[in-house]
Amino acid sequence: MKITTKLWIGVGILGIVSPLGLFLPDHFKAGSAWGEWGAEEVQELIGYIPAGLNRLATLWSAPLPDYAFVGWEEQSLAGLSLAYIFSAIVGIMLCVGVAFMLGSILSKKE
Amino acid sequence: MHIPDGYLGPATCGFFYAVMLPIWGIASRRVKKTLSAKQVPMLAIGAAFSFVIMMLNVPIPAGTTGHAVGAVLVAILLGPWAACIAITVALVIQALLFGDGGITAIGANCFNMAFVMPFSGYYIYKAISYKSAIDSKRRVIAAGIAGYLALNIAAALTGFTFGLQPLLHHTADGQALYCPYGLKVAVPVMLAEHLFVFGWVEAIVTALVIKYLQKNSPELLERGN
Repeated sequence: MKITTKLWIGVGILGIVSPLGLFLPDHFKAGSAWGEWGAEEVQELIGYIPAGLNRLATLWSAPLPDYAFVGWEEQSLAGLSLAYIFSAIVGIMLCVGVAFMLGSILSKKE
Repeated sequence: MHIPDGYLGPATCGFFYAVMLPIWGIASRRVKKTLSAKQVPMLAIGAAFSFVIMMLNVPIPAGTTGHAVGAVLVAILLGPWAACIAITVALVIQALLFGDGGITAIGANCFNMAFVMPFSGYYIYKAISYKSAIDSKRRVIAAGIAGYLALNIAAALTGFTFGLQPLLHHTADGQALYCPYGLKVAVPVMLAEHLFVFGWVEAIVTALVIKYLQKNSPELLERGN
């Protein structure tokens, strides 16, 4: 098997096991990444929401916010895991598409 | 390490976009000279790998979460300029599609994770593995140390960028406008969590893949020897 094929399989496996990135933090009761809190979490931490943060935090509405579907904040971990794997597949395919496009524009023609 | 929208003031966001624009330009020119058509699939694998490894959040029990970035591994295999392009692709898609990292902070996040990290990691790896055989243990250790240190350098810089905000932007009565934590909190916290936990994940992932490639595809490690 070509090494690139093996590496593609590796990336695919990482995508399928990606919900570990939800399960492990949930199991060990870990919260957000430091400095990546939503406005309400900041309010809890310091007692107010900085004005600029409040204004800019909602600047961009991502189509798959936090690797889930819009309105899925209350979903079970199992549901979120499916959305996570879906997000991983979409993200990987987009990365591959964009990188191939850039790569073929930029690479040396032989 | 993905700085969201609202944590950096406009001056900082603008500064990092201004710094990254020429870096992206140079990266494109360098890659045009060095990347062969055969390496394009590796560029795509690099971008996809970095994207998905960043989804694998690792917890600090009852604390925060973090993740590896994969930037050093991609830099070892494709060189730091191609790695800059690959990681930028992953970060831009994360910001636009998944809201992971702010769109105003794409410049800052790319500076830390797509520029400083692959470059520092690449040269640390080169220095430690200098003149070692392709199949030597020193290369595996070099990859691990490079991954560990480079992630921490990027984390410290991210902490520094966070920590500057209360100095740059605050109201007359001292309330922060953007990131509320100053240098004395942001830098030590970002560094501690990466030194103690997330850096090790980066080190292990980078070292293990290099070890695997030594056995299965040593020609991939011959770049720039």
